[in-house]
Amino acid sequence: MHVYSVIGKRVPRIDGRVKVRGEAKFAADYEMPGMLWCKILRSPYPHAKIMNIDTSRAERLVGVKAVCTGKDFGGWTWGWMPKTRDEPPLAVGKVRYLAEAVAAVSAVDEETAEEATELIQVEYEELPGVFDPEDAMKEGAPQIHDHAENNVSWDFHMDFGDVEKAFAEADLVREDRFETGRVITGYLEPPAAVAYWDSSGITIWAAKQSPYFVYRHLAACFKLPLNKVRVIQPFIGGGFGGTKNDSLAGDFCSVLFSKMTGKPVKFVYSMEEVLMTCRRRHNMIIHNKMGMKKDGTITAMHSRVIADGGAYTAIGPLTMYLTGCMSTLPYTLPNFKHDAYRIFTNNPIGAAMRGHGVTHTRFAAEIQMEMMAEELGIDPVEVRLRNAITAPHETINKVTVDSCGLSEGLHTLSEHPAWKEREKAKKGKGPLSHGVGISGTSYLGGARQRGHQSCGAVVRVCEDGTINYLTGATDCGQGSDTVLVQIIAEELGLSVEDIDIKRVDTAVTPCDAGSYGSRVTVLAGEAAQKAAHDVKSQLARVAAEKWEADPEDIVFRNGQVFVRTFPERSMPFRKLAQIACYSGSGAVILGRGYSQYGIEVLDFDKGLGNSGTSYSFTSQLTAVDVDMETGFVKCTDMVIAHDCGKPLNPINVEAQSQGAAVQGMGQALYEQFVMDHGRTLNANLADYKMPLSLDGPHIDVIDIITEDPHGPYGAKEASEGAIVSAPPSIISAIHDATGVWFKEQPVTPEKIVMTLKNKKK
Amino acid sequence: MEKKKIHFTLNGHSHELSVQPWKTLLQVIREDLKLTGTKEGCGHGECGSCTVLMEGKTVNSCLVPAVEVDNKEIITIEGLSAGETLHPIQEAFVSHSGMQCGFCTSGMIMSAKALLDSNPNPSEGEIREGITGNFCRCTGYTKIIESISAAAEAMKGEE
Repeated sequence: MHVYSVIGKRVPRIDGRVKVRGEAKFAADYEMPGMLWCKILRSPYPHAKIMNIDTSRAERLVGVKAVCTGKDFGGWTWGWMPKTRDEPPLAVGKVRYLAEAVAAVSAVDEETAEEATELIQVEYEELPGVFDPEDAMKEGAPQIHDHAENNVSWDFHMDFGDVEKAFAEADLVREDRFETGRVITGYLEPPAAVAYWDSSGITIWAAKQSPYFVYRHLAACFKLPLNKVRVIQPFIGGGFGGTKNDSLAGDFCSVLFSKMTGKPVKFVYSMEEVLMTCRRRHNMIIHNKMGMKKDGTITAMHSRVIADGGAYTAIGPLTMYLTGCMSTLPYTLPNFKHDAYRIFTNNPIGAAMRGHGVTHTRFAAEIQMEMMAEELGIDPVEVRLRNAITAPHETINKVTVDSCGLSEGLHTLSEHPAWKEREKAKKGKGPLSHGVGISGTSYLGGARQRGHQSCGAVVRVCEDGTINYLTGATDCGQGSDTVLVQIIAEELGLSVEDIDIKRVDTAVTPCDAGSYGSRVTVLAGEAAQKAAHDVKSQLARVAAEKWEADPEDIVFRNGQVFVRTFPERSMPFRKLAQIACYSGSGAVILGRGYSQYGIEVLDFDKGLGNSGTSYSFTSQLTAVDVDMETGFVKCTDMVIAHDCGKPLNPINVEAQSQGAAVQGMGQALYEQFVMDHGRTLNANLADYKMPLSLDGPHIDVIDIITEDPHGPYGAKEASEGAIVSAPPSIISAIHDATGVWFKEQPVTPEKIVMTLKNKKK
Repeated sequence: MEKKKIHFTLNGHSHELSVQPWKTLLQVIREDLKLTGTKEGCGHGECGSCTVLMEGKTVNSCLVPAVEVDNKEIITIEGLSAGETLHPIQEAFVSHSGMQCGFCTSGMIMSAKALLDSNPNPSEGEIREGITGNFCRCTGYTKIIESISAAAEAMKGEE
């Protein structure tokens, strides 16, 4: 195994110091002289025609500088694909969900702007709404978009092998209905931005985990060339997909107001706005059919997925794709059919969230597989091991896996005392019943999708031997800046302290697809490695010339540069940097690189090909105590055996798995928007339950090392695997404790109590 | 409405301000005194991002009327380190990866400070109890608890 000096070490986060001192500036912390505030007026109806908007009273309020409505954006709409661009910055002619943005005000301060929104008079004609995706698909349901018959926003189908034949030949076939909940990403930093328009174009300090989305959206909306749109990235208070991967009414309106007034304009959404309107995980109904042989071998699966897409398409086509294309991992599946429907409703928009698409169908398949194993008298670990893929592997839909630590992970967990002694521990104190569950899942890393998907890196050598490193990738909390700096340091034989990384600035940093699909370490890491190699080869030429050596023989290590064959020919890196920078009349030592994995095009219509450059495998054990009287579930312990290829920073990898698992726990046990006719009834953090410190279990993370050939230093993804593995392992544990299989998330105490009551009858 | 004059100490410095009676302590800290280390998450006292110490006890500064801090002592995250030297709790959060996005971190550290000031040797359960008013969506709390535990250990030597 290669010995690294920085890679694989528990390097503290490079942004730790500014964060613990409160120095890290987030979007809402920015202000500028003369700055105005933008506030949004939102619809009180989930589905209504806009008959008239009268802004005159708002305009007359002292302190108001400008007012805008949907018409001011000239009919521009956006969406993830050219044919799904159905969302306007502000509603035009019609509102399609409750609290959709209808108009906006800019004023000298926040209070005045807010007051002015209340003076805007909007005349609506209410339309019948539809809030359940299965109702929305029926003939005669209210149609939400003119172009979408039966409210189908997107459908996606896969058909591989012969499922019907395989079902006929199986020893056991089961059909079940599963459902996943409406879950918020749950970042604590509400979306915010300060926008400024002047003759040089747009500058915006915006809370975006993928700033190059808003960069393109603003250029298109305001008809500016890309070099006139500058998105400068503050620190980001959590992302988790969805809202911070997209543009918002506040972004467009603030920019428009700045154009109209010549002043910088700021907006900060309230948490209520976040919870009422922001993009959330699609809730999905999954009708799953699985065939199995007596020995536990899975022969076929057919999934029919119905997703509540809410009012607009957003990134929904990719969500639907991921519900299917990843179903052929991590268990061998020789026959597979998938029919996924994303349905428009008058609910807020369903979009990406950590574990995107995969968490829904994997939960269904994982639980169903275990239910069938139980019927056949097969142990939960055994059924997984029987079907687990081993690398190298190609799935029936041509997903290729070159490293896989699933079986090793499952074996490791099966040896864990919590698993081995689970029968002994079953009866807890008083009404408590103890249960242990297990899961084995997979997630893609280095997401491949449509359009531009590369990451770039620029490495600049300063004359004193320190380094400026530029990346277009965003650290929204996951720790990628630290890992990327480790990569530059490793390649140049420097320490982490020698490297400076600046946050994204689209005027300066190389274009990057964004922080989603677990792509940053894998793809931005590859780019960083290549840019560092470029610098190294430029410096090696200078050194080789001086020492009359072969540039290939120049070694960079521990802050020194030397000739491999004559180690006494050496000098400090900083000395070589100085010589190189001062050569001739002054040279520019600039390295560049970009990732090339992921440029292969997948078949988005058929579900064929790799949606990532590599795949992580997560085996998870969860122990729970279920109060059989109240239905309250306490997760006591989790053990996560995660194969991320090779952890480049083990402390970060642990932190990612721990955070993802607890987020998955919230989703499995209690997180759920309570909706009534399109209205979010629990739009505050007291009534929308996210895990607090007392809810969190003890979590151990075990690294399963597989060293993937595609990732930098063998690395694969580490941030989404455990949000996929957590819900099935928890629900398996609840089954172990109660004897009941729950097929709908979240598994609330009410559901448990009612089910146990009915079971007794 | 008439402004009220208040006098208070913030991070060891005394301040005298005239504030509108509806202003919150959080607004005074962020908008009047321009200290942005204290964050506003929910604005309703639910998330704990705005936690500061008032007379040594944690408060959600978004819920405290500014007029109530008259003659009180307030400490925010900016008041914790001594110049360039980090407070041991801050040090432990850095070395044990007790933060990810950093948005909850200021409030979390203030809650940890109040906890360790009153209980220098907390159990894991007591640490969980001590930070139960602070949401963190990134970490799953494990590394935060380890950080606070390590800080308690480090601070023992100082007494």
